[in-house]
Amino acid sequence: MSDLPILSLVTFLPLVGAALIFVIRGDAETVARNARNVALWTTCINFLLSLLLWIDFEPGLAGFQFVEKANWIADFNITYHLGVDGISVFFILLSTFLMPICVLASWEAVEKRVKEYLIAFLVLETMMVGMFSSLDFVMFYIFFEGVLIPMFLIIGIWGGQRRVYAAFKFFLYTLLGSVLMLLAILAIYVQIGSTDIPTAMAFAFAPALQTWLWLAFFASFAVKVPMWPVHTWLPDAHVEAPTAGSVILAGVLLKMGAYGFLRFSLPMFPDASVYFAPLVYTLSIVAIIYTSLVALAQEDMKKLIAYSSVAHMGYVTLGIFTFTQQGMEGAIFQMLSHGIVSGALFLCVGVVYDRLHTREIARYGGLVHRMPKYAVVFMLFMMASVGLPGTSGFVGEFLVLVGAFRANTWVALLATTGVVLGCTYMLYLYRRVIFGKLTRDDLKAMLDLDRREIAIFAPLVVLVLWMGIYPSSFLDLMELPVGQLVDRLKLAEAAGQAIFLVQR
Amino acid sequence: MFAVAIFLPLLAAVVAGFFGRWIGDRGAQIVTCGGLLISMLISWWMLYAIGFQQQAQTVELFTWMASGSFEVSWALRFDTLTAVMVFVVTTVSAMVHVYSVGYMSHDHSIPRFMAYLSIFTFFMLMLVTADNFVQMFFGWEGVGVASYLLIGFWYDRPSANAAAMKAFIVNRVGDFGFALGIMAIFFLFGTVSFDAVFQAAPQMAGKTFQFLGMEVDALTTACLLLFVGAMGKSAQLGLHTWLPDAMEGPTPVSALIHAATMVTAGVFMLVRLSPVFEYAPAALAVVTVVGASTAIFAATVGMTQFDIKRVIAYSTCSQLGYMFFAIGVSAYQAAIFHLMTHAFFKALLFLGAGSVIHAMSDEQDMRRMGGIWRLIPTTYAMMWIGSLALAGLPFFAGFYSKDIILEAAYGAHSGVGQYAFWLGIVAALLTAFYSWRLIFLTFHGKPRANEHVMAHVHESPPVMIGPLVVLALGAVFSGWLAYEAFVGHDHKAFWGAAIFVAERHDPLEAAHHVPGWVKLLPIFVAVAGILVAWIAYILRPGLPEATAEALRPIHRFFFNKWYFDELYDRLFVRPAFYLGRGLWKTGDGALIDGVGPDGVAAATRSLSVQASRLQSGYVYHYAFAMLIGVVVLVSWYLYARI
Repeated sequence: MSDLPILSLVTFLPLVGAALIFVIRGDAETVARNARNVALWTTCINFLLSLLLWIDFEPGLAGFQFVEKANWIADFNITYHLGVDGISVFFILLSTFLMPICVLASWEAVEKRVKEYLIAFLVLETMMVGMFSSLDFVMFYIFFEGVLIPMFLIIGIWGGQRRVYAAFKFFLYTLLGSVLMLLAILAIYVQIGSTDIPTAMAFAFAPALQTWLWLAFFASFAVKVPMWPVHTWLPDAHVEAPTAGSVILAGVLLKMGAYGFLRFSLPMFPDASVYFAPLVYTLSIVAIIYTSLVALAQEDMKKLIAYSSVAHMGYVTLGIFTFTQQGMEGAIFQMLSHGIVSGALFLCVGVVYDRLHTREIARYGGLVHRMPKYAVVFMLFMMASVGLPGTSGFVGEFLVLVGAFRANTWVALLATTGVVLGCTYMLYLYRRVIFGKLTRDDLKAMLDLDRREIAIFAPLVVLVLWMGIYPSSFLDLMELPVGQLVDRLKLAEAAGQAIFLVQR
Repeated sequence: MFAVAIFLPLLAAVVAGFFGRWIGDRGAQIVTCGGLLISMLISWWMLYAIGFQQQAQTVELFTWMASGSFEVSWALRFDTLTAVMVFVVTTVSAMVHVYSVGYMSHDHSIPRFMAYLSIFTFFMLMLVTADNFVQMFFGWEGVGVASYLLIGFWYDRPSANAAAMKAFIVNRVGDFGFALGIMAIFFLFGTVSFDAVFQAAPQMAGKTFQFLGMEVDALTTACLLLFVGAMGKSAQLGLHTWLPDAMEGPTPVSALIHAATMVTAGVFMLVRLSPVFEYAPAALAVVTVVGASTAIFAATVGMTQFDIKRVIAYSTCSQLGYMFFAIGVSAYQAAIFHLMTHAFFKALLFLGAGSVIHAMSDEQDMRRMGGIWRLIPTTYAMMWIGSLALAGLPFFAGFYSKDIILEAAYGAHSGVGQYAFWLGIVAALLTAFYSWRLIFLTFHGKPRANEHVMAHVHESPPVMIGPLVVLALGAVFSGWLAYEAFVGHDHKAFWGAAIFVAERHDPLEAAHHVPGWVKLLPIFVAVAGILVAWIAYILRPGLPEATAEALRPIHRFFFNKWYFDELYDRLFVRPAFYLGRGLWKTGDGALIDGVGPDGVAAATRSLSVQASRLQSGYVYHYAFAMLIGVVVLVSWYLYARI
C-alpha cells in the first residue's frame, strides 16, 4: 500500500467526483438525486481513503510522511510537494470526515441548483485537503486562496437574506490579509531561492526580517482564525451561510489560520513569535472574554454559536503561543474538538431551521416535549462546547490552560473566566430553546430527528466521546512534531533572554 | 470486584435512559434500583475489607491524557476514605432510588428520572474513587451536570430551569478556582497524581512562586484555589446561593444530591488533600473561618424561612460549615464522621419532608400545614428521629459527630478555633430551634390547609417508608457504632494512610481532653433551642410574629438571605448582559465594523461618487483643470529652482 500516492488521491478524488456531477444530464429531479448520490459516495470513499493516512502513520518518525515530490516549474524551483506530519494529518481527516456529513445535511435543505452546490463542496474539499498537505509555498497559496472561492459562492448563492453583504465581507476581510502573505512568501523566496516549505522551516531568518514576515503572515492568519478585532466577518458569514456551509466554515476553515501559525509563523520565525507572544495573549484573552459576553446578548442561534467559536479559537491561539507541549497539543486538540462540536451545533440549529425556517431564539421554547432525541443530542454537544470532562471539549481547553499557567498566570486566570462565561451563554441558549412550556402550534407540530439526521449525528456523538475519554489516540501522534516545535521555540526564547541581558 | 460497584450505576443509567421506552417504567425502576442495591451490598463489604482488613488498592484502567509531562490515567483508588464515601453514596442512593419508585409514581418520565439518579451516582463514585486531580474534576463536573438535569427535571417550570442554570453556573465559578488549583499543582509538582503530589508536599512547604505578579506561598495559593472549588460545590458562604434554589428539583433529588452526597464533595476533596493542606496552615485558617461563618449564616436564614425544603436546605448549608471548620482545625476524621452521620439524618429529613409534601398534595409552605401528626404518624416519628440526630441530642448520630467537631475546634487553642467553636455553639442553638420550629409548624397546631387537602392527607406507601426506616437506623446508630473507628482509639488503624495529620497537630487527642463544660454545652444549647421553639410555636403562638415585628430590620435581613441574590444580580448578572449588548452593538457594530469593512466600503463609495462628479463631460471643466495643473507645475518648478 505504501507506494500508493494517498495524499494526491485524497486531494484530487473530490475533483473527479465534481467532474462526474458536472456531466450529469437529465430532468432536474434526476440530476439532483444522482448528484447527491455521487457526492455522498465520493466523500465517503475519500474519508475511508484518508483513514489510511492515520493507520499507516508512524508516530515515531520525525519529519513529513507520505511525501510526494515532483518538479513543477523547474525554472523557479517550484515543486509539487505533498506530505503530512502529526499535526496536519488530523486536519485532513477532519476535512474528509465532515464532508459526507455536510452532503447528508444538505440532502433536503438545498433544493435549487443542487448540482452546482455539490460541485462547489467537492471543489472545496480538494482545496482544503490540498492546503493541509502541500509543502510548497506556491501550492499552499493557491489552495489557501482557492478555498475562498467555493465558500464565497456557497454563502453568496445558497445563503440567507443578507447573503451578498456577508459574502463580500468574508471575501474582502480574508483577501486583505492574504495579499500581505503573498508579499511575505515572495520575500521568503528571495531569501532562500526556493518555495519549499521544509527548507524554509529549517532556514534561520534574520531577526529583523522575521518581524516583518511574521506580521505579514499574522495579518492573513489572524483574519482566518478569526482573532479579535478582525472577527466581525464570522458572525455574518455564519448566519447567512447554509447549514453545511457553516459546518465547514466553523469546522475546517477557521482552523486554517491557526494551522498557519503552527506550520509557518512558529517554526520559521521563532524569534518573532516569542517577541509577539504578549500581543497574541492579549488578543486571545480579549477574544475569550469579549465574545463570550457578546454571545450572551445574541438573539440569533447561529450568531450565538458563531461568537462562541471566536471565543473557542481564542483558546487555540493562546495555546499555540504558550510554547509548551501541553498548550500546543491542547490547541491542536481544541481545534479538532471545536471542528466537530461547533459543526455539530450548527447542524443542531440546522435541524430546527429546516422545520421552522427561523433562527430567532425567542421563536422557540419547549422543544424537548416533541423532540426528546434532539434534546439529548443538543445537550451532549452543548456540554462538549462548555468543556465538560469526558467530552472532547475538556481535553483541549484544559491542556491549553495548563500550558498557559506555565507561561503566565495572569493569562491563565483571565482565560479560565471563559469557563464560567462559556457555560452561561450555552445554558441560556439551551434553556430558551429546549426547555420551558410548549405553547406555539407550529412548534407542537415539529417532528423529532429522522433517520437521516440520526445518521448525521451518530458519528459526531461517538467522536466527541471518544476524544473525551481516550484522547491518546490523537495526542500520541502530535507528540513528536509539537515537541520539536517546542524545542525550537525554547531556543529562541533563551536567545531573546540573552539579547535582553546583553542590552542591559 | 470493587470496580463493579462503581460501574453498575452507569450501566443501569444507560439501560434506563436509552432503552426506557422498551423496558417501560417498571423495567427502568427494577434495573436502576437493582443495580444500586447490588452496589450498596458490595460497598458494605468494601468498607469492611478496606477499613478493617487493610485491603486498600488502586485499579489502573487506561491512560486518559498524556501530553509531555502532563500524564493522567483513569484509575480507581480504594482506600478507607474512598470506602467510607462509597458506602455513604451507594447506601443513600439506593434508598433514594427505592423511595423514588413511590414518590415519582405519578410522573410522566420515570425512566428519565431513574436514569438521572443512577448517572449521578456513577459520577459521584468516580469523584470519590479518583486517583488524580483531573479525574476528580471529571466526577466533580459530572455530578454538576447530573444535578443540573435533576434540578431542572420539571422543565416546564421556569423557576426550575432558572434554578438549574444558577446551580450550574455558580458551581462553575467554583470550578474556575478548582481548575486553576489543578494547574497550580501541576506547575509546582509537575504531576497531578495524588500519590506523587502527597509525597512531594513536605518539600514544597514554605516555597514561593510567582502568581499574578506577586511572590506568594506556593502551597497556600494552590490550596486556596482548590478551596474555591470546594466552596462552590459545598455551598459555602459566598457561593451558596444555588443550594436553596436547587430545592426546585424533586424531593428525592434534594435528599440525595443536595444533602447527602454531592454537596459534601467539597469536604471530601479537602480531606483527600489533607497531606497538602497540612502544610498550608494559612489556607486551613481560611477554611475554618469560612466554614464557621457559613454555619452561622445559614442557621440564621434557616430560622426565618417558611418553605419546608428550604429550611432543610439552609440547615444542610450550615452543617457543611461544621464539616469545613473541622477540616480547618485538622480534624479530618471528624469531618468525614459528621459527613456520614449527616448523610443519614439529612437524607432522612428530606425524604420525610417529601413524605409530608406527598401527603399534603404537593404543598411545601409550612404556613399552610399543621395538625397532621396523627394522620401520618410514621413520617412524624421519622422527622423526630432526624431532628434529634441533627440537633445532636445524646446517643443519636449527630451527637457524636457534632460534639467531636466542636471539641476539636475548642481543643485547637487557636484564634480561628475559638471563633469556630463559639459560632458553632450558637449555630447549634439555632439548629435545634429551627428543627423544632419545622416540626411544630408542620405537624402541630391547628390545620391551616384547606379541607380538600386535609381530606387527602395519607401516610406514604411502604416503598417510601422502607427507605425512611433504613435511614432512621443510620441516624440513630451510625454515630455510636462508628465512633471508635472514625475518631476514637482505633482511628489510626482504620484510616491507615488515607488521612494525613501533621505531627504537630493532634486535634482528636486534644478533643478528648477538653474541659467538661465544652462537652456539655452543645447538649445544653440543643435542649434550650428545642425549648424556645416549643414556647414560641406551641405555648405562645403569637410570639414569633411579635418578635419578628420588634426586630424588623434584622428579621428582614435574615429572611431575605442577607441579600446575597440581589447583590449578585446587581454586581454580575445585569452588568454581564449590559456589557454583552454594549460590546456587540457598539464594539462590534459601530466601532470595528464602522471603522473597518463597512467604513472602508462607505469611504470608497463616497470617494467614487466624488470622483465621478469630476467627470462632468464639459470641455471647459477639463480645460480649467488642465490650466490649474499647468500653473501648479510651473510654479513648483520655479520654486524648486530658487
